[in-house]
Amino acid sequence: MDRQVDVVVVGGGSTGCGVVRDLARRGLDTVLVEKGNLTHGTTGRMHGLLHSGGRYAVSDRKSAKECIEENMVLRDIAAHCVEETGGLFVKRPEDSEEYFQEKLEGCKACDIPVEVIDGEEARRREPYLARDVEKAIALPDGAVDPFRLCVSNAADAREHGARIETHAPVTDVLVEDGEVVGVEIEHETGPGKRVHREPGTTEEIRSRHVVNATGAWAGNVGEMAGVDVEVRPSKGVMTVMNTRQVDTVINRCRPKGDADIIVPHETACILGTTDEEVDDPEDYPEEDWEVDLMIETLSELVPALEDARTLRSFWGVRPLYEPPGTGTEDPTDITRDYFLLDHGDRDDLPGMTTIVGGKLTTYRMMAESISDHVCETLDHEATCDTADAPLPGSESEARMEELMDEFGLRSPVARRSGQRLGSRADDVLDEYDPNPIVCNCESVTRAEVQDAVGEAGSDLNAVRLRTRASMGNCQGGFCTHRIASELAEEYPEPVVRDAEDELYQERWKGQRHALWGEQLSQAMLNHMLHATTMNRDGDPANLDDEVDFGAFDAGADDGAADADGAGSAGTAATDGGRANDDAAADGDRANDDAAADGGR
Amino acid sequence: MAIDSDVLVIGGGLAAVTAAVSASREGADVRLVSHKASTLRQASGLIDALGYVPATEPAKPLRDGPPTAGRELDPDEWPDPEGPLADPYEAIDRLPESHPYRIVGADALREGLDLFDDLTGDAYRGGHTDRNALVPTFGGAVKPTARYPAAAEAGLASDDRPMLVVGFRSLTEYDARAFAGRLEAAGVPFDVAGAEVEFAEAFRADAKITRLAKALDHDEEIDGVPAREALAKAVAPHLHDVVDEDGGVDRVERVGFPAFLGDDRGDEVRAELADRLGADVFEIPMGPPSLPGLRLEDRLFDALDAEGVRFETGNPVVGVESASDGRVEAVAVDRKGRTAPYGADAFVLATGGLVGKGLDSDREGVREPVFDLYVDQPDDRYEWFVDDAFGDQPYARFGVRPDERCRPTDADGAVEYENVFAAGGVVGGADAAREKSASGVSLATGLAAGRQAATEANQ
Repeated sequence: MDRQVDVVVVGGGSTGCGVVRDLARRGLDTVLVEKGNLTHGTTGRMHGLLHSGGRYAVSDRKSAKECIEENMVLRDIAAHCVEETGGLFVKRPEDSEEYFQEKLEGCKACDIPVEVIDGEEARRREPYLARDVEKAIALPDGAVDPFRLCVSNAADAREHGARIETHAPVTDVLVEDGEVVGVEIEHETGPGKRVHREPGTTEEIRSRHVVNATGAWAGNVGEMAGVDVEVRPSKGVMTVMNTRQVDTVINRCRPKGDADIIVPHETACILGTTDEEVDDPEDYPEEDWEVDLMIETLSELVPALEDARTLRSFWGVRPLYEPPGTGTEDPTDITRDYFLLDHGDRDDLPGMTTIVGGKLTTYRMMAESISDHVCETLDHEATCDTADAPLPGSESEARMEELMDEFGLRSPVARRSGQRLGSRADDVLDEYDPNPIVCNCESVTRAEVQDAVGEAGSDLNAVRLRTRASMGNCQGGFCTHRIASELAEEYPEPVVRDAEDELYQERWKGQRHALWGEQLSQAMLNHMLHATTMNRDGDPANLDDEVDFGAFDAGADDGAADADGAGSAGTAATDGGRANDDAAADGDRANDDAAADGGR
Repeated sequence: MAIDSDVLVIGGGLAAVTAAVSASREGADVRLVSHKASTLRQASGLIDALGYVPATEPAKPLRDGPPTAGRELDPDEWPDPEGPLADPYEAIDRLPESHPYRIVGADALREGLDLFDDLTGDAYRGGHTDRNALVPTFGGAVKPTARYPAAAEAGLASDDRPMLVVGFRSLTEYDARAFAGRLEAAGVPFDVAGAEVEFAEAFRADAKITRLAKALDHDEEIDGVPAREALAKAVAPHLHDVVDEDGGVDRVERVGFPAFLGDDRGDEVRAELADRLGADVFEIPMGPPSLPGLRLEDRLFDALDAEGVRFETGNPVVGVESASDGRVEAVAVDRKGRTAPYGADAFVLATGGLVGKGLDSDREGVREPVFDLYVDQPDDRYEWFVDDAFGDQPYARFGVRPDERCRPTDADGAVEYENVFAAGGVVGGADAAREKSASGVSLATGLAAGRQAATEANQ
């Protein structure tokens, strides 16, 4: 039996990563377990908005205040994960003036810095805004990269002694004498990094406390411990456009509604969203009307969206929660606040705490509050410093510019590598020479891919999330095989093949929701490249039946006699006996072929 | 003033050229208009005919309704295809009835390949047999194909001589070690090794394939050493890398490179490398930009010239200019913003499929933009695909539905225009990608449509 650790954190989303970082920094021996890769549940399926709090300034001022506080904290400690785009709440003629004023007052009351600008000024800042936008409230919304944010938190936790286990689903919560004493996990491919074709094992991790930070899945973990956690998962669609039609977060200034936000994110824009309660966070319909709604409704704010190219769509599930008995009908009315459920108090089952609700912008605050609770429970005295200690990668901004000269990269590549890697750029980019581009759409170089492989093993989806490779226009059509090839240095061929297939299928999944116009043409081109040219679907290496190679054309037998003096024939001439010997050795078989086909 | 010809071919790919030459050889006066100057840069340069009969029913049933979320991919799974097929002709009867091969017949494929052999001469091989060849492609998988560039010949997988696959550290398209591993996993009848070598670093880290080809064409000096010699030197240490089953070391007898061995002087480059290495040298077909595809395009347009077909590129055909009595009289060609009528007695539509923009789509549906021909498709765009990327994708079979004379028909099966014929990717019914039939469909339908158009024009 393994030794006992202090805390097991279940769930590798923003909350879980935040908690494990906080606890590790406070000196507790902590393990994080996640069933997929980091961010794999809700965190990796959000629109990437760093809230200013403006969205909640009318309906939920407590949340709004928390948002603006944490917004400022993240700009400080996670500069490499945040793009300070600014945001606008825009008013169209049909939107209520009264609500506009309420929004303005709400923001002021919550200490959110605001500025009212007229339509002309709004269009000067964002030229694609509709002509009839009347005015707007400018405030400090931003874009946040949830992938980098989680990875940085996990990396910091590991530096402080924590253990991070991905692809390790919890199969049981261990309860002994009415108390939670740990979890049983299954390593999908053995502990540590994920490697395809490695057999799995199970492991019991015993701990003094378990934190259930699985969001929309919290009910499943609760069930394993025998307690009810009534999460109300609510789905929302996000539609990814191929370019940045706007550089500022654009919100529609009206009461709650679907399809009211556009977030610029890296090279793309993400349109969101819907809000519909679902029964099962793993199994709900992804419907075309949701995608159509995004494009049609948001075209009212930015008309260019109507004919713009959509790359893919994805859905996420919010882990909404409300205390039993609240009975809110419409999921959009359920509070966005977070709740800490102490199962000792609540269910007479000490040893486990669940955290549900909340939002990514306030992940650190949630993590602090649950870490306080855990420390109190374990009688551990330590103070939280996560609001002040920069995350790995964010300490130095100055290096980015220098990188260009230093590594001889084209400027946008160096700049973007620098942004993605933060202060680690030096170490990572220095490793590889030559350092060719692996993913052209997103300008991702070998060094970055190799760095991510070092962290994530052969899990190319995890590599994708760390680097953005395969997330551009071609959706992996031109690069899944290239990314997979980067595994060949370290892993045997069948692993390379499996990893490639998994990434390609994952990329296909999101494109299904964007299959018209240019993206349908792109899908066909990808299909032609991967099936026609590369024959990935008919590769004998993947087929059950063996191939009779002797039944196929082995080349005309007249190579040596060929008069053109080029290619293989030229070799024969300059090579003397060798090629002729081959011809003799192969002659029988080739002659047979020729004879058999001679009649035609 | 109308520009007139007997036959007007619209398009610039393999099907269009085949149709133009076929019509011309039937005595018609032929003109070809193509929107894009280059259509084959994405083609591998392999001429496939039929390599597989893919499954059209899933092993696990398709879902009902919209796709569902969840981490696992949706559960439809598809059985292995039948193949690779050694004989492309005998399997044609097992394709769906709506397949172009079933409509124009095996003879059209055979004659189309004969015409191709005639047009490309010594640059292509495989015409000596009806059988498919298995050619290693750049993913490391072998692919069944009917014709292959002479430059690829020494790489055939049914040849049992030991092989070295060369990759370059600065090129990311494939890793030679995984490539060799994949060939072994396929059970190839020869010993193979892969070596990643340093060479292209002399250029920029992200040097273009075409740049490398030019350097080899002109034997440019790299750090004082001519490019071909430098390349041979980089590969030489690996000529004994192959280990056979008993652990013995073989000297390789053939060496494969990415398809960048020269552009205009490829034969010369391969010959010199072969001489220096003492082994046959071959090219591995690559993705875009594909030099073998570009070389083929040059050959085909030279052939058009030689056949006396007039052609112009850069101007799209935007629609029907005039039609009466069920016949098109002229189409409108957009020439730098002004439309000009191009009249003909017969028209061949060979504008390609979804990739070539012969088919256009939006959220409402898929259409053929030149003649607005009927394109068979499910109303709901969520029925255009299946969840397995390599399953029987309905979108892959989109296109016009031809009658036995290659004339597109409407939803009821009636001919849309008496004198409009269709060829190549714009014709629906084939899953060319999974069947490995794209070139063959272009050749067979191009030949048939060209002849029918000439017949129509001669009447």
